[in-house]
Amino acid sequence: MKNRHQLMLKDIHIALEDVTLLALDAEVNPGEVLTVMGPSGAGKSTLLAFVAGFLAPAFAASGRVLLDGRDITGLPAERRGIGLLFQDPLLFPHLSVTGNLRFGLPRATPDKAARIASALAAIGLAGFGERDPATLSGGQQSRVALMRLLLSEPRAVLLDEPFSRLDSHLRQEMRQLVFDRLREAGLPSLLVTHDHQDAAAAGGPIITLE
Amino acid sequence: MLRFAPALIVTLLVGPIMAGLAMAVLPAFGYLPALGGTEFSLSHWQALFAQPGLWRSVAISFASGLLTTAVSLSVVLLFLAGVSGSRLDHWIRRLVSPLLSVPHAAAAFGLAFLIAPSGLIARLASPGLTGWERPPDLLIVQDPWGIALMAGLILKEIPFLLLMSLAALPQLDPERRVAMARSLGYRPTIAWLKVVAPALYPLIRLPVYAVIAYATSVVDMALILGPTLPPTLAVSILTWFQAPDLSRRFMASAGALLQLGVTAAALASWWGLERLVACLGRGWVEGGQRHRGEWPLRTLGKGLILLTTLTAFVGIATLALHSVSGFWRFPDTLPHSFTLLHWQRTLPSLAGPVVSTLLIAGVATLLALALTLAALENEQRSGRHPNQTRLLSAMGLLYLPLIVPQIAFLFGLVVVMESLGTRPQHALVIFGHLLFVLPYVFLSLSEAYRRFDPRWSQVALSLGATPDGAFWRVRLPMLLAPLLTAMAVGLAVSIGQYLPTQLLGAGRVPTVTTEAVSLAAGGDRRLIGVWALVQASLPLVGFIIAVGLPRLLWSHRRGMRGAP
Repeated sequence: MKNRHQLMLKDIHIALEDVTLLALDAEVNPGEVLTVMGPSGAGKSTLLAFVAGFLAPAFAASGRVLLDGRDITGLPAERRGIGLLFQDPLLFPHLSVTGNLRFGLPRATPDKAARIASALAAIGLAGFGERDPATLSGGQQSRVALMRLLLSEPRAVLLDEPFSRLDSHLRQEMRQLVFDRLREAGLPSLLVTHDHQDAAAAGGPIITLE
Repeated sequence: MLRFAPALIVTLLVGPIMAGLAMAVLPAFGYLPALGGTEFSLSHWQALFAQPGLWRSVAISFASGLLTTAVSLSVVLLFLAGVSGSRLDHWIRRLVSPLLSVPHAAAAFGLAFLIAPSGLIARLASPGLTGWERPPDLLIVQDPWGIALMAGLILKEIPFLLLMSLAALPQLDPERRVAMARSLGYRPTIAWLKVVAPALYPLIRLPVYAVIAYATSVVDMALILGPTLPPTLAVSILTWFQAPDLSRRFMASAGALLQLGVTAAALASWWGLERLVACLGRGWVEGGQRHRGEWPLRTLGKGLILLTTLTAFVGIATLALHSVSGFWRFPDTLPHSFTLLHWQRTLPSLAGPVVSTLLIAGVATLLALALTLAALENEQRSGRHPNQTRLLSAMGLLYLPLIVPQIAFLFGLVVVMESLGTRPQHALVIFGHLLFVLPYVFLSLSEAYRRFDPRWSQVALSLGATPDGAFWRVRLPMLLAPLLTAMAVGLAVSIGQYLPTQLLGAGRVPTVTTEAVSLAAGGDRRLIGVWALVQASLPLVGFIIAVGLPRLLWSHRRGMRGAP
């Protein structure tokens, strides 16, 4: 394990036009995945937007997000140190695979080329650096997106139904890879999904929203 | 800084128009101390109404506004209704888009060269069909009823309304609507007219109003194709304003207000027509008629749009033909000989105006682009989106310079500038162009910008990029294609401007457009051919770059093909 980080969600309450969407109080330990489940419209994505710092001004939110004991609720998204994985890999289409990974690396990282080469090797894509991301298969794109996230050295990770667009045989493989990597990096993670198999594979506590 | 962009845009657009209108109202009632008018009076209105042929001018301006809009809109709607995805339909669409970039003056010259008594059509039909051995003595161009003017306007307004409709259609999901109606037994064209057109019209209402306002008050096209004795109201006003006798400016100001009234009356009449059509149309839509008219309507739409599009293209080709023609006897279809002499002679005098044109267009477009991007980026970052459907919203204000007739407020603006001691120069002309370039750049870019998937920026931010970094490194490159298109639109709008250049430059800032239009009176067709062709090709270069550059840059990026 590298660094150990901890994410705390204290008395989170989010409302839209005076209607309460969700209320939550939780703690995510290093390397642990907290799964939030619920039907569509239950506010799962709203919760992620709040934690990541993208909540639309129409929502009224209270409560605090603490990362390693530091209150990050008021910080802009780019300074929170929270990484995101969406349903789609969202590799920037105008950059090469290397360009995408480079985008993730902090500016002052020494020896960027070597870091990128070993990251690609770690996901079985050695030598793919100059490829156009659009020419990669869906599974390959997802793996690059995961490495891009890890290279940016986040202190916590949010997962927005990250496996729902994958074929069923790839899904199992990606779950394994993502959760192993996150655990290995000691990152606290928040997973929203409506797939019970996701929750089971995550192996952490489960909260169900109504 | 970004936060002030929307307010800055509104001030930039609304301020000069209000100031200009105010400075038209005061002189119209006799008050303009700089010219010795210190007392309010109605004498200038009396002088205006005593002008011979005034009401004829007014009637033609009013009628051309309503007729050109009605014809252009009908052709566009009928064409869209009959679109079946055939090869001909794709071909027509491809053909129509570049026409948008052709300046009004060049299109007008092309049409004039085609339909004039000694024009290409008469030559093709003579002497075989007509028996004419020399050009007949007919007033076809500049006819007293303004028919040639309306025809010219229709050629230009059809591409505009078509592209506006095509931009609005996707949000209506027309395929599903038509499929639903067809499953109820409606023929495709009838189905489109009954279930898509009524929903489409509210989305293109502002562009339609802009067309009405433009057609009632156009100057450059009217100088080329419009009647002369009397000319249209807008042209008369320009003549009075530029008269050596400065006291005529008072009457010109009264005329400018009259023009505002004529345009407002045309808009109000159209609004009345809208109600009427809505009333009558409801009966037709709900009447259950499924088949009648399918074939004629479809054929009419396709036939008319082909006719107007080909006319515009052949007109441009005729310009080119004239610019290289040597001796060309009347009934001969083609010139006896070809020569580059006219080009060689014109080249030295072309350079200055071309540089001026590009400088003005380039600076105005870059300013407009910077303001537009700032406003749109502010919208994204603050997460607040302006209401797009209400007429009196930010969107409505954007259309203000396109709906208030240019001639009504530009005089006043000149007076304001004169009283501020600003001398006519490039900067003033650029400022004038910005009023018209900014709305088009904004309208052209905002759709793509607002539709851009917000998750791209969220991913960039979550990877540690700053908001500015996400803008420069992700959003801007990914939106390169629509960005360049918006720039090409801005350049085309600026290059085609006649009145702002002429008035704010006080005739001392020559551009290809002012030079080309000023040749209209002379009638040297070879010279006109050269100038009008140059005027038509400059905007085209912008569009070629806008289409070509992204393909070149992203040739090895499959995900960047097609708009994001």
